[in-house]
Amino acid sequence: MSNTYKKSYIKKKRLKGYFFVAPWLIGLTLFVIGPIIASFILSFTSYDMINPPRWIGLTNYKILFTLDPTFWKALGNTFYYMFGSVFLKVLLGLVFAVLLNNAGKFMGIFRTIFFLPVVLPAVPVMFLWMMLFNPRSGLINQFLSFFGINGPLWLNSPVWSKPALIIMSLWGIGGIIVIFLAGLQGIPTELYEAAELDGANKFKIFWKITVPMLRPIIFFNFMTGLIGASQIFTEAYIMTGGGPLESTKFVNLLIYQLAFKDVRMGYASTIAVIMFLILIPMTLFLFKIYKNQTEL
Amino acid sequence: MKSFKKVKLTRKLFLYGILILFSIIYLIPLFWMISTSLKPESQVMSVPVQWLPKPPQWRNYLDAVQSFPFFRYFSNTLLLTVLNVVGTIFSASLAAYGFSKLNWKGRDQLFYITIATMFIPSQVLIIPTYLLFTKLGWVNTYLPLFVPAFCGGGAFNIFLLRQFFVSIPDELLEAARIDGASEFRIYSQIILPLSKPVLFTVSIFTILFTWNDFFGPLLYLQDPSKWTLAVGLRSFQQQYTTTWSLLMAASTLSAIPLIIMYFLFQKRITSGFALSGSGK
Repeated sequence: MSNTYKKSYIKKKRLKGYFFVAPWLIGLTLFVIGPIIASFILSFTSYDMINPPRWIGLTNYKILFTLDPTFWKALGNTFYYMFGSVFLKVLLGLVFAVLLNNAGKFMGIFRTIFFLPVVLPAVPVMFLWMMLFNPRSGLINQFLSFFGINGPLWLNSPVWSKPALIIMSLWGIGGIIVIFLAGLQGIPTELYEAAELDGANKFKIFWKITVPMLRPIIFFNFMTGLIGASQIFTEAYIMTGGGPLESTKFVNLLIYQLAFKDVRMGYASTIAVIMFLILIPMTLFLFKIYKNQTEL
Repeated sequence: MKSFKKVKLTRKLFLYGILILFSIIYLIPLFWMISTSLKPESQVMSVPVQWLPKPPQWRNYLDAVQSFPFFRYFSNTLLLTVLNVVGTIFSASLAAYGFSKLNWKGRDQLFYITIATMFIPSQVLIIPTYLLFTKLGWVNTYLPLFVPAFCGGGAFNIFLLRQFFVSIPDELLEAARIDGASEFRIYSQIILPLSKPVLFTVSIFTILFTWNDFFGPLLYLQDPSKWTLAVGLRSFQQQYTTTWSLLMAASTLSAIPLIIMYFLFQKRITSGFALSGSGK
């Protein structure tokens, strides 16, 4: 192959590369990177979609940090939900996965059952849980009253509304279970055999072998779970409307109301930017995990 | 020795006991949804619990689909789902091919950026994207809900496809290149047919995502005749706020396609999810 031919071949290949990624390049620019930059710019403006955006410097940030208790309430609610839901999901997901992994030939049946709620459409599932949480006739409180317990008001109580949403989120634990199951199958069985020969009991094996071996996957589930849970919107929009007493007013619901009801695009962007800055360390962490596992 | 066996047996009983108990707990909500959908309204809120409808009101399903434009919402949702699947399959696989089988300047850097965007907290994208679609005059059309799928179909799908394409040996492509096949031909006639399993996984994810999406249709579709099931059901719930039996009937109907899909392709769906968590 002559040198000039090779050069033109490489150049052609390069152009072909751009051709293949062109749609994604457009999407990345218009729907990801462009919007991120635009959000930062908008956060320094006041914009009502009628008049052009007006540059107001740090005013939005000043309001946010000094004059807006609703934002801090929403941030607190969101963190409560994020950590409550994700911590329980990862913990229970791991426990269920270990149990399933020991269930032998019945594993498939149990996995089918635990994963089923994951594929159900979200909005109908929320209607269903509104019924289950009904303080008087809902299954949950009727079950509790069977033991003589007077169940809480759940979605109607400022104290119990977030725990209710967390309990509902546990119904969708199947995704985490199958991820852990795949991880468990990757642990060499010799490790377990050696431990059992040494007389270690099941709990010791779980803490000394299973958990350390699964640590990367535990971290992965935790981080993706937190980023995912930080987006909570539909649950609050449909089931509680943000109430009672703003106890389920989450950040995305606040952004939605500010941007699309009050048309305060600038201020809503400020909140989005703050949320972005809070979550970006997790994004970078996940990026590192993925990057390391993708040899280029 | 005997006691060891006994310990093992009690352990097994304990294990299955817990799993069966939780399986029942996990199945009850779904059972409740179907049971409620068949109850006369008077039995829905009954105390003590009425487990089974007496007698089953099959009419509820007929009443439900007649009290709101169910079939219109259903076909709208179906249309959007098909468009999203087609767009994602096409554009994500193109990008994945560019990232795995071609060498070009900036490829690795761009791929790193792509991976990073998989975990972007998406709050920050909502407002500018909405303003962009407003400027384009796309509000109250389906364009904002499926055009992005044709523009790469999301970083995660590109990632999944790329990882699969990398495992296809380059020798296969070199042979075709020597025979004078164009890259597009190699992509469409060698790579895509070999990639059916992963394309299937990507399709399933896209179907689940589109069928469930509430925020997008809520934001962009004002005209009720354009609504999807998610938004349509919401409006149905607000109008018939006390008629839980009909709401559950409509909900069950909207879940049936996904349940059927799950039982047909269960292995593929769960292994696709497992794949998404391994980062490999």
